[in-house]
Amino acid sequence: MDVAVDTLNRAFAYSTPLLWAGLGAVYSERAGVVNLGVEGTMILGSLTAFAVAHRTGSLFLAVTAAALTGALVALVHAFISVTLRANQYVAGLAMTSFGLGLSGMLGRAYEGIALARPMQGITVPVLSSLPLVGPSLFRGQAILTHLGLLVAVALWVLLYKTRWGIAVRSVGESPATADAAGIRVARIRYASVIAGGALASIGGAYLSVAYRPSWTEGMTAGMGWIAVAIAIFASWNPLKAVGASLFFGALYYLSFRLQAYVAPELLKLLPYLAVILVLAFSARGRRRLFLGAPEALGEPYYRGAR
Amino acid sequence: MRASFGPSFAEIVSPPRTRALWVTLASVALGLVASGVVFAVYGVAPIAAYSVLLRETLGDARGQAEVVRKSLPLILIAVGLAFAFRARFFNIGAEGQLLAGAAAASGVALFSDIPAPYTVWAMFLAGFAAGALWAFLPALLKVKLGVNEVITTLMLNFVAVYGIEWLINGPWKGRTVMGFAYSDPFPAWARLPVIPGTRIHWPTLVLGLVAAVALHFVLARTRLGFEVRVLGHNPEAAAYAGIDALRVTLAAALIAGGLAGLAGVGEVGGTHFRLRSPSQISPGFGYTAILAAQLARGQPLAAALAALFLGLIFAAGDVARALLRMPPQVPEMISGLLLLAVVSAEIFIRYQLRFPTVPKGGD
Amino acid sequence: MITSNAVKGRKGSIEPPSGKPALQQLHTETPLLEARGITKRFPGVVANDGIDFTLYRGEVHALLGENGAGKTTLMNILYGLYQPDQGQLFIEGKPVRLSSPRQAIDLGIGLVPQHSHLVRRHTVVENLALGLRTTSFFLPARRLGEEIRALADRYGFDVDPEARVELLSAGEKQRVEILKALMRDAKILILDEPTAALTLQETLSLFTAIERMRADGRGVIFITHKLKEVMAIADRVTVLRKGRVVAHVLRQEATAEKLAEWMVGARPIPLKPKVRETPGAFPAGEPPAAEVRPGVPLLEVEDVDVVDDRGRKTLSGLSFTLRRGEILGVAGVAGNGQRELIEVVTGLRRPSRGRIRLGGEAITRRNRSRLFDGAIAHIPEERTRTGVVAGMSVAENLILRAYRRSPFATGPLLNTRAAYRHAEEAIAAYRISAPGPGARVGLLSGGNIQKVILARELSGNPSLIVAAHPTHGLDIAAARLTHELLLEQRAKGAGILLVSEDLDELLELSDRLLVLCAGKITGSLDAREADLPLLGLMMAGGSGT
Repeated sequence: MDVAVDTLNRAFAYSTPLLWAGLGAVYSERAGVVNLGVEGTMILGSLTAFAVAHRTGSLFLAVTAAALTGALVALVHAFISVTLRANQYVAGLAMTSFGLGLSGMLGRAYEGIALARPMQGITVPVLSSLPLVGPSLFRGQAILTHLGLLVAVALWVLLYKTRWGIAVRSVGESPATADAAGIRVARIRYASVIAGGALASIGGAYLSVAYRPSWTEGMTAGMGWIAVAIAIFASWNPLKAVGASLFFGALYYLSFRLQAYVAPELLKLLPYLAVILVLAFSARGRRRLFLGAPEALGEPYYRGAR
Repeated sequence: MRASFGPSFAEIVSPPRTRALWVTLASVALGLVASGVVFAVYGVAPIAAYSVLLRETLGDARGQAEVVRKSLPLILIAVGLAFAFRARFFNIGAEGQLLAGAAAASGVALFSDIPAPYTVWAMFLAGFAAGALWAFLPALLKVKLGVNEVITTLMLNFVAVYGIEWLINGPWKGRTVMGFAYSDPFPAWARLPVIPGTRIHWPTLVLGLVAAVALHFVLARTRLGFEVRVLGHNPEAAAYAGIDALRVTLAAALIAGGLAGLAGVGEVGGTHFRLRSPSQISPGFGYTAILAAQLARGQPLAAALAALFLGLIFAAGDVARALLRMPPQVPEMISGLLLLAVVSAEIFIRYQLRFPTVPKGGD
Repeated sequence: MITSNAVKGRKGSIEPPSGKPALQQLHTETPLLEARGITKRFPGVVANDGIDFTLYRGEVHALLGENGAGKTTLMNILYGLYQPDQGQLFIEGKPVRLSSPRQAIDLGIGLVPQHSHLVRRHTVVENLALGLRTTSFFLPARRLGEEIRALADRYGFDVDPEARVELLSAGEKQRVEILKALMRDAKILILDEPTAALTLQETLSLFTAIERMRADGRGVIFITHKLKEVMAIADRVTVLRKGRVVAHVLRQEATAEKLAEWMVGARPIPLKPKVRETPGAFPAGEPPAAEVRPGVPLLEVEDVDVVDDRGRKTLSGLSFTLRRGEILGVAGVAGNGQRELIEVVTGLRRPSRGRIRLGGEAITRRNRSRLFDGAIAHIPEERTRTGVVAGMSVAENLILRAYRRSPFATGPLLNTRAAYRHAEEAIAAYRISAPGPGARVGLLSGGNIQKVILARELSGNPSLIVAAHPTHGLDIAAARLTHELLLEQRAKGAGILLVSEDLDELLELSDRLLVLCAGKITGSLDAREADLPLLGLMMAGGSGT
C-alpha cells in the first residue's frame, strides 16, 4: 500500500507540469494548430516565474507573469502559423530552439539561487482522509496540481459542452465548413493557441517555483515533448490527458524506484514508443473516427483552400 | 467574400526564380538583426559583438578550421534532409538517426573484431545502416497508414536518447569511469584521422561533400531523383504516372537517415572517441540542420553551404563564450531566431501583401 | 420586364420559336426570389447569359440542364458565392447584393449541397449548432436536440441527433443539411442534385419533406438532370442550355421527351468525322482514312463492379468491348460513374468484381504496370492537377510516362539531352506556345498544357487511349487540334474511350456510344443512330434500364 501511495503521490507531482502543458497542446491542436514550441514556452515560463518570484516574493504574480509570457510566445506562433500560413511544425521547432536558447542566456543570473518562499504543498482538510487519493493528492501537493485537475475538467466542459467548444473543434476538423457557417476561423485559432501557450507556461512555472524551486537551464528536460505526446495519447481529450499525464508521471517515478530491477532508461522511453503505437493504431477506420487527430491539424487555412 | 479590413495576401502569378533567393537572404538578415536585439537585452553591444565573432571565426586559419569542424556533422545531415524534404518526407528525426549511427559505430569500435584498416569503414557502414533503420519505420507508417512522419520521427529521437543513456549506464559502461557516464575510449585504429594541425576529422568532411554532389546528381540526373521530385511536387500526378510512393519515400527516408547516422559516426569516431551522453554527442545537430535544409530550399549543394554557415554560428558561439563571457546557449538562440525568420518569410515567395484600396462604388 | 398576360391561377406554357421565353406571373404576389438578366462570364465562356428566374412562396421550381448548361453558376450566384457581372437579384421585392454565403443565409436562403459539407467526426447536433446564434452557450446540445427532433418529425425524417455524421448514409447526411437550412429559417431552399446519392426509399422520403416545405410556404429550387423527378415534384420547370433559358413551362405542359429535347437541343445529326484539314502539322504518319472499320477487341470489360469506401456501388455490372480503330464515346452527366470507369480502365483502381482484359490478357496485379506502361494513354480530367507537374519543366513533363525507358533513361540514369531534344520536337510539332523545353509548365495556358499532355500521351503509339473531358475549358483551336489528334490515332488503329459531357463532341467523334447513368450502362448504340432526345432520356435515367 505504501508503494502505491508513494507512487501516486509522486505521480501527481510529476504529472502536474505535464498536464498543464498537455492541456495547452490539446487546446491548440483541437483548433487545428500544431504547436511544437511547447518546450520553449514551458521553459520561458519557468524562468519568468522564478525571476518574478525571486524579485517580488509573490507566487501569484510569478505564475501570472509566466502565463503572460506563454501567451506572448504563443501569439507569435499563432501569427506565423495562422496569418503567415507557415509550416507549423518547423515554426514550433524554431520557437523551442529559441526559447531554450533565450532562457539559458537570460537565466544565467538566476542559477544557483534558492527561492525564499517556494510554493508549498498543502493539506486539504476533509479530503486528505480519503483512502489512497487522500494521502497522495490531498496532502503535500502544491495548489497548482489541484488547479491543473480543475482546468482539465473545465477545458473538457468548454470543448464538449459549450457553443464555443463546438466552434473550436469544428475549426480543427474542417475550417472550410466552419467558415461557411460564419465562424471566424482565424480568431478562434489565435485564441486557442494563445490560451494553450499560457497553460503550457504555467506548467513550466510549477517546475521552478514548486517542484524543484530553483532555476537551471534546460530544466524542463523534454517535458514539453511529452506534453505533445500526451495530447496524442489522450486522443485530444482533456480528461484522458489527466490519465495520460498520471501514467507518464508514474512511469518517471517508477524508473527511479525500480532501478534495481529495470534499467530506468527503458521505462523512460516507453511513452515515446507508445505514441507511435497509438498513432499507427488509430490511423484508419472507426478507430480513426474516435481516436484520431483533428482532421485539419497542421494545415494552414485560407479561403479558397478547399 | 466577407469584407476584410487591412492588408491581405495576393498570389503572384509567375514569381521570378530569384525571388526565393532574395526572400531567404532578407529573412536571414532579419534574423541576425533580431539576434542582435537579444544580445543588447542581455547586455552586450550587438555590432561590436558581431565584429568580434566574425574576426575570430573567419579572420584566421584556426578560426576557419573550427568553423569547418563544427559544420562536419551538419553537412551530412543537411544534405540528407534536403533530399528528404524534396520527397515531402519531413524528417525531424535526424537527431535520433545520428545517435543511432553513433551507437552502432561505437559498438563496432569497441566490440567487433574487425581488423585494423577496415574498422573505420565498418563503423561508417554500421552507422549508415543504423541511421537508415531509424528512419524506416516512420517512412513505412507514412505511406501505408498515412501517419504523420513529423511526430513519429520526433518520438524516435527520444527513444534514441534513452537508448544511448541505457547503453552507457548499462552494458557499455566504461571500465574506468569516474562520475560521468561514458563508454570505454575507442582503440586507436577505430579513431578517425584528422587534418594535421586541426581537429577536423576529414573522412566525415569528404563524405559530406561527396554526399552533396552525389545527391545533387541523383536529383538532377537519375530516375530516382526524377521520381522524388515529381512526388514532392505533386503526389497525385505521381500516382497518375505510376510512381511507387512507397519505394520513393523509403529511398528518401533511408538516405536521409543513413547520412545522419554517418554524422553520428563522425562525432564519436572523430571528436569524442567514445560513446557518451547524447547531449554531448549532439547538442541539437539534427534540429539545427533543419534550418540549413530550409535555407537551401531542398538543394543538396546549397545545403552543404548552409551547413557551413551554421558551423560558423556554432563556432561563433564558442567565441562568444570565451571572449564575450556569454552563455553557451547563444548558437541555439540564434539558430532558433533564424529559423523563425526563414519560416515566416516563406509566404512572401509566392504571395504579395496587398493593401486595400479605396473601394469604388458598386462593388 | 415581366409580361403579365396571366390570370391568377391559370396558365399555359409559352415557347417562342427563338429567344428567351417570357416569364409568366402565376400569382399576383411578389416572388420570394427574383433574378433578372443574370449574366456571368468566365475566361472563355459565358456561363450565364441574361437569365431570368422567379420563385414564389409554396412552389417547387425545377432547374433542369446538363452540365455546362449554367445551373451550378446560377446556383452559386443565388447563394452568394459568385457575384453576377450583370443583372439583379431581388428577395421579396427588395434588391439585394449577395457578397457571401453568410449573407445569403441571413437573408433566408439555404443551400443543400450535392456533397454534404458537414464536420464528419461530429454529431448531428454539433453540426447543427455550429454558428447558430440562437443556441445557449452552455449545453447547447440539450435543448437543440429536442428542437431537432420536433423539426425532423414535422418533415417526416428520422434523425438521431447524437449520431456521428461520418457513419450516416448519404440520405441521412442530406437530411442533416436540410435541417441545417431549416433551422436557420430558410425561406428559400436550393437543392442541388439532391437525389444523386439516394436510394429509392430515401428519395420518396425527400419528396415528402419537400411537400412539407411547400405547405410551409417556403420556396424550393430543385436543381437536377433527372426528368422523372421533375415530372413528379415540380410546379414549374426552367430548362437551361449553354447558359441561356431555353424553356420555361408549367409541369402540366411538359413531357419527359420535350424536356429532354430542350435539355440537349434539337440539332441535326452530324456526318461521320471528316478527313483532317490542316496538313503536315504532325509527326510523320499516314493521313487518316475517311472511314475506318473497327478491328479486333482491345479492351474487354466484363461485369465490373466498383465499390467505394462506404460500400456503395459506383459502377455496377458494367460490360462493354472497345475495339481497335474505334472511338467509344461515354455520355452521361458527371458523377454517374465516369470517374470510376476511367480509374478502373487505367489501373488506378481495382474493381471489386468482374474482369478487365487488355489485348486479350486479363489484368492482374502482377502485369498491371507492364501493361499500362506505354500501352495505355490517359488524358486526365484534371489537367493541371493530375496530368502535369506544374513546378517542373516542359521537357520533364513530356517524359513523365516514358522516363523509365530508353531513350530517356539508360539504366538508372536519365538522358536529359534526349529529353530536351524530344521536347523541342514536340513543341514544334504540336505548336506548343512555351518559352522553351525548360519552361515551367505551370506558366503555360490551359490549351498549351493540354498540348503537352497530348504530345506526351500520344507519342508512344498507344493501343488504348482514355480521354476524359479532353476539350473542357479549351479554346476552339485547341479543341479542334485535340479532336484531330484523336482521329489520327484512331486511324492508326488505337482504340479510344472518350468520356465527355459535351454531346456535340461525342457525336462528332464517336463510332459507338455508351450512356452511363447511376453507374450502369443505360444505353449502347451506334453513333449514327443516336437520337438526341433518346440520348437525353438515357442520360437522365429516363428510358428503362
